[in-house]
Amino acid sequence: MPKVIYTSPDGRAHTVDARIGASVMETAVKHGIPGIVAECGGALSCATCHVFVATSWIDQTGTAEDFEDEMLDDATTPRQSHSRLSCQIRLTDEFDGLEVTIAPEQ
Amino acid sequence: MTQDQATEQHTGILVVGGGEAGVAVATQLRTLGYAEAVTIVGGEPYAPYQRPPLSKGFLNGTEDEESLELRASEFFEEQRIVVWTGRRVEQLDLGTNCTGGVATLDDGSRVSYDGLALATGASARTLPGIPPGLRGVHTLRGMADAIALRAALDGSAEVVVIGGGFIGLEVAATARSRGARVTVVETMSRLLQRLCAPPLSEHCLKVHRDAGIDVLLDCSVASLRASHGAVTGVELDDGTVLRASLVVVGIGAVPDIELAQAAGLRCQRGVVVDAAGRTGRVDVVAAGDCTVQRHPHRVDALLGIESVHNAVEQGKAAAHVLLGLEPPAPATPWFWSDQGDLKIQMAGISDGYDDHVVRKVDDRLTVLYYRHGNLIAVEVANNPREFMILRRALDKGHHIDRDRAEDVATPLRELVQSP
Repeated sequence: MPKVIYTSPDGRAHTVDARIGASVMETAVKHGIPGIVAECGGALSCATCHVFVATSWIDQTGTAEDFEDEMLDDATTPRQSHSRLSCQIRLTDEFDGLEVTIAPEQ
Repeated sequence: MTQDQATEQHTGILVVGGGEAGVAVATQLRTLGYAEAVTIVGGEPYAPYQRPPLSKGFLNGTEDEESLELRASEFFEEQRIVVWTGRRVEQLDLGTNCTGGVATLDDGSRVSYDGLALATGASARTLPGIPPGLRGVHTLRGMADAIALRAALDGSAEVVVIGGGFIGLEVAATARSRGARVTVVETMSRLLQRLCAPPLSEHCLKVHRDAGIDVLLDCSVASLRASHGAVTGVELDDGTVLRASLVVVGIGAVPDIELAQAAGLRCQRGVVVDAAGRTGRVDVVAAGDCTVQRHPHRVDALLGIESVHNAVEQGKAAAHVLLGLEPPAPATPWFWSDQGDLKIQMAGISDGYDDHVVRKVDDRLTVLYYRHGNLIAVEVANNPREFMILRRALDKGHHIDRDRAEDVATPLRELVQSP
């Protein structure tokens, strides 16, 4: 089970065991991690699961493309180079230890 | 179990319904620091789950039952939210002085409560006159429906979808992507008639026809043809018969209000509430698809806002109301639908508009709706960038000049004006 470490906007870290195949968003929502709103439940329609991927992980997660890229351009918290919508990152064993920081405003 | 043997229990807040609205009420109560027992009674035999993927990712096999769970079971345990699945509330006695009441469940057990949240949802409307038990005829509302429909889609080469709303078109697009021959039959003169205005309807029609879906407008179903207990075709009112091994009926939903009505709450199609779920009794709230609220633009009209966003926001607000706290101001309602490659996003209620602006570039469409000069709603297809800007403008009450918006070369971001 890959572990994902979420840092909330208030600076607190939360470590969660994720199900393989689940998204970073889904894992957070199911465990009630504060800060990820995820209104659309992963349909890439709301941009309320915005995270900053730790720079050491960005090669693995990849960067945003297409509609995700467009939505991040106008996300509530201004995007950074390592911004992603966490519903678009699917977890495998290779993501064990993934660190993301949740954007302060969704 | 008879009444005499029935168990008696007490809970602080009883939530009837385990969908998005019910879960939102329960979790928000904890966020607000409520310490007494919270119990959710869900009629379906599944832990609370997301409904939107049932007609999309779940149907095409990219999502499974586990991925649809709204929260992990550990989360409910940690939050001390008790979730009963597969049990129904049969009767409510609201009591006389607005300080709680008693619910009777289908096993005869009784639960007394201090506060009650009704989040009973809605049921799929069925086509009258279909013989019960006819194989090959499906509606789609819950997990069990989706499991059955997914299995039925596997062997179906000819699919007829009755109803050109979100659910019907999402199912049609999924069936088409799996190679079936698909016909959509819609009684009105355009698709999505109840949900959006004509520009998006036309756009949607073109996309589905280009994908090879046969869309019949102004067309009603006269009867279903069947053989050996299974559907074989759909007869239209002009006598045409469409062959079908699978018929999906997607003609809307009916709020589940039997409990509320029998208990004496005010109902008119749905349970009548405000945006914060107030029913008129301080100890009873209602939220989500079982409710109707004041129409934002039409005097004396009531509106059911069937969306995840409304269910969650109204549920959260209703939790405030139950605790005697001031609920947050209501946010602009919004909706989405994914139909094959067509991504629709809508915000605000367009019904009641007196002016509109269409921005169209290739397969991207944006429609802005105005009333008395104010932006009241937006609809986009495959244009998430503009949706992000417009939804925020609606939420914040910002203005966008209608004449300047007509120029598609001007980015919308440059047109947003604070009041």
